[in-house]
Amino acid sequence: MDACLFSAMLCRAPTSGAGIAIQCMAGVTVFSIIREVMQQTNARNALYARSFGRFLNVSERIDTTMRSMRNVWRKSGALALLLILIVPVLAACGGQPAAAPTTAPAAQPTVAPTTPPAAQPTVAPTEAPAAQPTVAPTTPPVAQRGGRLKILYWQAVTTLNPHLATGTKDFDGATVILEPLARYNEKDELVPFLAAEIPTIENGGVAPDGTSVTWKLKPGLKWSDGSDFTVDDIIFTWQYCADPATACTTKAVFDPIEKVEKVDDTTVKIIWKEPNANPYISFVGPNGMILQKKQFEKCIGAAASTDAACQAANLAPIGTNAWKLKEFKPGDVVIYERNPFFRDADNVFFDEVEIKGGGDAASAARAVCEKEEVDFAWNLQVPKAVLEPILATGKCDPIAGGSSGVERIVVNFSNPDPALGDKRSEPDQPHPFLTDPAVRKAISLAIDRKAIAEQLYGPTGQPTCNVLVAPAAVNSPNLTCERDVEAAKKLLEDAGWKLKGSVREKEIGGKTVKLVVSFQTSINPLRQSTQAIIKSNLAEIGIQVNVKAIDASVFFSGDPGNPDTLNKFYADLQMYTNGPNNADPQQYLQGWICEERASAANQWKRSNDGRYCNPEYDKLFEQLKKELDPKKRAELAIKMNDLLVTDGAVIPLINRQTPNAKVKALKGPTFNTFDSDIWNIASWSK
Amino acid sequence: MSEANQTINTSSVSDTTAAIRQLQLGVSAKPRTLLGDAWRRFRRHTLAMVGTGILIFLTLAVTVGAWWYERYLVDQLAQSGIPVTAENPDIRVLIDHLDFLALLSPPTHVHPFGTDDLGRDLLARCIYGGRISLAVGFVAMLIAISLGTIIGAAAGFFGGMVDQVLMRLTDLFLSLPSVPLILLTVYLFREPVIQAIGSPEAGIFVIVVTVIGALAWMQTARVVRATFLSLKEKEFVEAARCLGISQTAIMFRHILPNAISPIIVAATLEIGSAIIAESTLSFLGVGFPPDTPTWGRLVTDGSQYLQAAPWLALIPGALIFLTVLSINFMGDGLRDALDPRSRL
Repeated sequence: MDACLFSAMLCRAPTSGAGIAIQCMAGVTVFSIIREVMQQTNARNALYARSFGRFLNVSERIDTTMRSMRNVWRKSGALALLLILIVPVLAACGGQPAAAPTTAPAAQPTVAPTTPPAAQPTVAPTEAPAAQPTVAPTTPPVAQRGGRLKILYWQAVTTLNPHLATGTKDFDGATVILEPLARYNEKDELVPFLAAEIPTIENGGVAPDGTSVTWKLKPGLKWSDGSDFTVDDIIFTWQYCADPATACTTKAVFDPIEKVEKVDDTTVKIIWKEPNANPYISFVGPNGMILQKKQFEKCIGAAASTDAACQAANLAPIGTNAWKLKEFKPGDVVIYERNPFFRDADNVFFDEVEIKGGGDAASAARAVCEKEEVDFAWNLQVPKAVLEPILATGKCDPIAGGSSGVERIVVNFSNPDPALGDKRSEPDQPHPFLTDPAVRKAISLAIDRKAIAEQLYGPTGQPTCNVLVAPAAVNSPNLTCERDVEAAKKLLEDAGWKLKGSVREKEIGGKTVKLVVSFQTSINPLRQSTQAIIKSNLAEIGIQVNVKAIDASVFFSGDPGNPDTLNKFYADLQMYTNGPNNADPQQYLQGWICEERASAANQWKRSNDGRYCNPEYDKLFEQLKKELDPKKRAELAIKMNDLLVTDGAVIPLINRQTPNAKVKALKGPTFNTFDSDIWNIASWSK
Repeated sequence: MSEANQTINTSSVSDTTAAIRQLQLGVSAKPRTLLGDAWRRFRRHTLAMVGTGILIFLTLAVTVGAWWYERYLVDQLAQSGIPVTAENPDIRVLIDHLDFLALLSPPTHVHPFGTDDLGRDLLARCIYGGRISLAVGFVAMLIAISLGTIIGAAAGFFGGMVDQVLMRLTDLFLSLPSVPLILLTVYLFREPVIQAIGSPEAGIFVIVVTVIGALAWMQTARVVRATFLSLKEKEFVEAARCLGISQTAIMFRHILPNAISPIIVAATLEIGSAIIAESTLSFLGVGFPPDTPTWGRLVTDGSQYLQAAPWLALIPGALIFLTVLSINFMGDGLRDALDPRSRL
């Protein structure tokens, strides 16, 4: 009935019964369309709120993937239908002079409210109508401070405590709030953040014998709650992660610390357990972000991830960077607002920052380069055939360079057989066939890296034989990894793996073991294509591959309750990208020592997910820890890289230079090899 | 001359015998049957015939056609492309064959449907995917229809408490949002089922089909119940009851054949919706493994390349569309054909 009233109001004086009927029908239809569009939007938003775990991720994926298309269709469809339906209403009104002016305002409000929530569900309540942002950039006035910086990550942030983070997205989410003493810039040089200057041997900050380093802080630093930033917070952060029960994923950078001492209010001295060649290992870069003692004091140990107050703190840390947390929906979106206590608050451009998660890399690229819905999109790992036309629109700049890590296949040395129950993938359960070096080497020999690089990555990656490629000084020149199918077959043949049908098998301990491997990675078209090439490569040498693709937000989540994480590694092979996060490779190389093996005992949080354990490698690592001379360290690192690769502990594939993208108007983002891609976010402007 | 007379005589004789037989029996020489009538009416429904034709063609294409296409593709690849190395390659090998000489190639004589970003032949993948999609459709339909018929028949026939309980159960299932529920079920039970069955593809087939079938029986149950409610009051049922025929026999031998037309219609429509449901699951990445090219998965993968290679998404999309549309037309035709009131 509302609909009829609405129609009646439209043309004031309906003339005939038929006229009323037509209007009524049209009105009802218009109303039902509007209602449906609104309901859809509401339902979707409600879904976010109610959903949990994986389903949330899935629905988000769909959402972001289809948002673009659906919005356009919905908008244009609704408009078209409205037009079609309003025409008969007007016709029924019999061309009364009052019709035109009254229709226009009536039609507009019905369209307008339906569109903005559809376009940016999370933004809508705080922002002006949808029409404005799309108009604004086309008439660039004087750069006006403020507004919201919209960042799109296709992996959603799940925690804001960087020391419990499991993926780049978590570190980057924390970067907007928290800061280390110093960060790397795009030239791999250190830039002081909380520190007043970078300590060196020349300025007396670094002890020449490598036993300690002394950092001077900027004076007058404050946390976003207004309290003073003190040396105690730095000491606390070390204590927090030094406790193995806290299960910091960043523990490696704190391990070398013997003691952190307060020298005076703005000076702190780090004393190493043994002479340390890399004085910048701790409190620098994404792994060194400093937590507030007051907030996390009671969270040392197991309480860090079990205690309710600590869990809340992990989701809302108090920080020193330019913004503080406004709203956080784990696995969905983080919204930050200005931190009035930031030391350089006057020069911060944006009022708010939003990091939206979900979707996939290609839709992220389109969101920046085609629709300009967001200002910055991270990690556009998409096939070149998709990426090139998107970048060609000319509305965005790709940001690429350095090395964003090595795409590698990790070999599981433990047995992921589900029949083992609780013991599945535990380090003490050896893998039935991947522990045979011949199998690992044959896999590496059979893979066609060149095809993967040329057909899939194009300009965004080169084939590599090394797992350690940056900085240049530690990129091993010793290895080759040309494809050699015959050699691979011979290796397997000699090791007793006989071809039966299309799959090789071997009698081990009275049981026939078949070379059937499960191969998992995250859902990403580029990775699925890589999986297809590898599957076909390995089929040639008689290894059958069952591929599995897991939603990226689950695969990289590190959630100990989820079976599909890379840390649990319930598969034989898995593929993802990783790389060192500081110029010194020691911490990165720690990821293959026996002690770092991930298992249930450490909540699957240690970095050695392949459960590789080789005493020879551990010995080299001990040497590396003791060595102070940079040249010899580089030699050792190369040796370790060579050992890992020749032993088949890991199969490097591609050195990736994955671009990020920003809209043309955004100034500030740079590529970064060893630090967060948004390391300098406080200085970005538009 | 005499021969011509002979012919006329014979035909007139046979005409006469037929006429006499008709007189004796009181019915036409060729008795009309329920199915015969339905078929006659069905044939007149042009769209339904076209739909049936397309469906038969697609079914043949993914079964018999595959056998022929395997050899064609191997031949073509040997001439202009990267030859297949495996001996006696079947369609399972061909869908994973990478032809780097024809990446994202538009339809050509080598690859009639074009290729994807790795040079995999889209027609081969569509054939393989068609088998899965059609099989999912038919099996899920069988599950849904059996469940729906049994539940609807029991509710309609017994009435009372049984009816109440079963119908409330139906309401319950109707009120469940099916896609999230399917996602959750697949996510929870995928691993155990795969382990129990042994092969990931068969395991996922079982779970997908079961879940889709088990969430689609409600409409059938309602229709069957309504039909049973009206039929059980009919005289022939009373007669059967008087004769002391058992309840099961009354249900399944006397009432069910009379309720078959709405069931058949529901069944055809169910195939279409099961294919769509499977496509949705594959599109979301929780269906078959990523290297199994079901039609839904092909659309997902192809949607990345809408600009560079639109055929990758459009062709499998068109196949889904065509199949579902044909099935719906067929269902439409069946509904008209099987409706006893329109019997001529």
